[in-house]
Amino acid sequence: MNILTYLIPISLILGGVGLVAFVYTVRSNQYDDPEGDARRILSDDWDDHPKP
Amino acid sequence: MTATMRPTPSACPACSAAPAAETLAARDLPNAQIALSLPTIHCSACISKIERALNDHPHVNSARVNLTLKRASIDAEPEVTAEEMRTLVEGLGYEAHELDAGTLNATATDRAGRDLLMRLAVAGFASMNVMLLSVSVWSGAEAATRDMFHWISAAITLPAIAFSGVPFFRNAWAALRNGRLNMDVPIVLAIVLAIATSLWETMLSGEHAYFDAALALTFFLLAGRYLDHRTRAIARSAAEELTALEVPRATRVRDGVEEVVNVAELAVGDLILVRPGGRMPVDGEIVSGTSEIDRSLLTGETLPVFAGEGQAVSAGEVNLTGPLTIRASAVGAETSLHRMADLVAIAESGRSRYTSLADKAAKLYAPGVHILSGLSFLGWYLYTWDMRTALNIAAAVLIITCPCALGLAVPAVTTAASGRLFRRGMLIKHETALERLAQVDTVVFDKTGTLTTGTPHLTNLNALPRAAVETALALAQGSSHPLAQAITKAARDAGFAAAEVREVTEVPGYGTKGLFAGEEVRLGRASWTGAEGLSQTATYLKIGAAAPLALTFTDALRPGAEEAVQALVNGGKRVILMSGDTTPAVEALAQRLGIPQWVAEALPADKAARVEALRNEGAHVLMVGDGLNDTAALAAAHVSISPATALDAARVASDIVLLGNDLSPIGAACETAKSATRRIRENFRIATVYNIIAVPLAVAGLATPLIAALAMSLSSITVSLNALRLR
Repeated sequence: MNILTYLIPISLILGGVGLVAFVYTVRSNQYDDPEGDARRILSDDWDDHPKP
Repeated sequence: MTATMRPTPSACPACSAAPAAETLAARDLPNAQIALSLPTIHCSACISKIERALNDHPHVNSARVNLTLKRASIDAEPEVTAEEMRTLVEGLGYEAHELDAGTLNATATDRAGRDLLMRLAVAGFASMNVMLLSVSVWSGAEAATRDMFHWISAAITLPAIAFSGVPFFRNAWAALRNGRLNMDVPIVLAIVLAIATSLWETMLSGEHAYFDAALALTFFLLAGRYLDHRTRAIARSAAEELTALEVPRATRVRDGVEEVVNVAELAVGDLILVRPGGRMPVDGEIVSGTSEIDRSLLTGETLPVFAGEGQAVSAGEVNLTGPLTIRASAVGAETSLHRMADLVAIAESGRSRYTSLADKAAKLYAPGVHILSGLSFLGWYLYTWDMRTALNIAAAVLIITCPCALGLAVPAVTTAASGRLFRRGMLIKHETALERLAQVDTVVFDKTGTLTTGTPHLTNLNALPRAAVETALALAQGSSHPLAQAITKAARDAGFAAAEVREVTEVPGYGTKGLFAGEEVRLGRASWTGAEGLSQTATYLKIGAAAPLALTFTDALRPGAEEAVQALVNGGKRVILMSGDTTPAVEALAQRLGIPQWVAEALPADKAARVEALRNEGAHVLMVGDGLNDTAALAAAHVSISPATALDAARVASDIVLLGNDLSPIGAACETAKSATRRIRENFRIATVYNIIAVPLAVAGLATPLIAALAMSLSSITVSLNALRLR
């Protein structure tokens, strides 16, 4: 059962990483235009050079 | 201050002053924030094309297209106007409309929604972790391992609940402070009691801890709240976009110089120029110019009224033929348009009497739960004289009866139904609008602008002599007056060519005159052409000395009006037509649509009073109207619908807005509302059945955390699935 001392913290940390990632996406307005973002990835405007 | 007094080290003071002045000026003028509505964009090519064109403009700092909202937001230098941007985008082949940035600001960041989402995420994360730990406890973890799992659960649960439960704590506290009970009071009590007894049990290394239940409860209820919030946020942002499309601008004349200003900046005594086709921004008096004005939005009359010097005009009226200069006598909140809001406020107090199904359920439910849990506590305490057992059982009863499914029962259905109606072009603005729509048994329609489009349609073309039509066409084709445009369209469609009329001049407010074969010809108002005025909408043609001929008009029907009335009549509803227009016009329309009951020449207060009277007879009235004269009636009715073309005041007063031009969704909406209400009731019943099965177990002391978790999740999931069945 000693394995629990590793496994429980690991699972909590992994879950926490997911939570922090989600909070980050909400805070940086990534859900404002879901439809547009889905289409933008198909556009090749900035393929050769990054958007200034 | 000291910094500005210090002498500059520069040899030439002007050299350093000029750039400083420039930066000052630049700071004074904030960048222009322009929003455009782009209803036709649909693909990634549209996005990049528009963004590239806007960003290539030398004065635009940045531009971004939002495909979900079909909107472009532009950050540009102060001298850039919205009109310039609009023409730029229209040049690319896309429809574009300016949006009033001030109205839209409120929708830009949905802070409350984001806050709820964050709390939901934390509750979800915590409940998943605690559930995993609980599963191992249920599957047989014992002694020290179980205690450790309970302690870890407690360490996760306490901060998570403290953060995610805030909306419930706040609502419950607000209710308790006012001495009322709402759904949140039993929720908070269940959460707090569950955590307290679980902590106590954990300290005594007991067997049952309800940390997972407390978290799952918070998670499900927050999910319900979030759904509810999203539905309303979507409706609100769509309603705000409608308002933002009408940019409130007026042309002010000062010392002979015209300038376009925001309506909010107008003051009493300002001279305002209203061009033909424009709407009066303020109440005032005509200083110069003659014209005809269309008051249909205020009174429901379709007949244009003559307007000359010295006459009073009210905000909302539309100028038809000649430019008018008016002196403002009341602006902003003082205008008659806004004074109508008082009538609305009085009428609205009636609507707030409606109690939603959820509130009704809560009223029955909240005291019941408290009494049941209190009794089981008392019973077990008297039976065993053991505080710990009694408290544990009381907590179990509270958790199992907790309104998890009830909290989801209404929002899940309303979200599904609103989404369905939104796709059909109806915007549900008010949270209980669907429930109220389901009860409707009487439908009151306004005429002008609601059942009809407000654009006239020539009716007696075939009865007129050929020469008369050709002369009328020649006189009408240059005018922008709606009646003249109706003549032009009807005559051209029937294949007539204009006669050779020379010296055609428009006399604003009266009509058009010209010379035909040496005789003077006139097309216009009855008094001007020497005709006897008819009671219906008409214009008159006088050729030389001959008797004047009347050209009569009816309002074109709005598409879907016949279907909507038919569907409502077939649905067994009483349909009434109520209009401020003249009796013959209203009667003709009522016969055309097969509406048995109609009221003509109704004043705004009459309309509201009649709706009120119908209510008092016990009828549930649905009012459909668009004008200012309908506003009070819209607010007084049980539920109200207005088309998107309605005045802002009418849209604000109504519960549902029709986004398209078509009226036919009204009939279907009543059906959807009925089935939605049926689903809500079904959901309440499902939740009750789960309670009836689980509560005896809890009261008998047989409930374990496993049973609580199963009952809660199963009932929540069934309720959500049932909501999705909505057609």
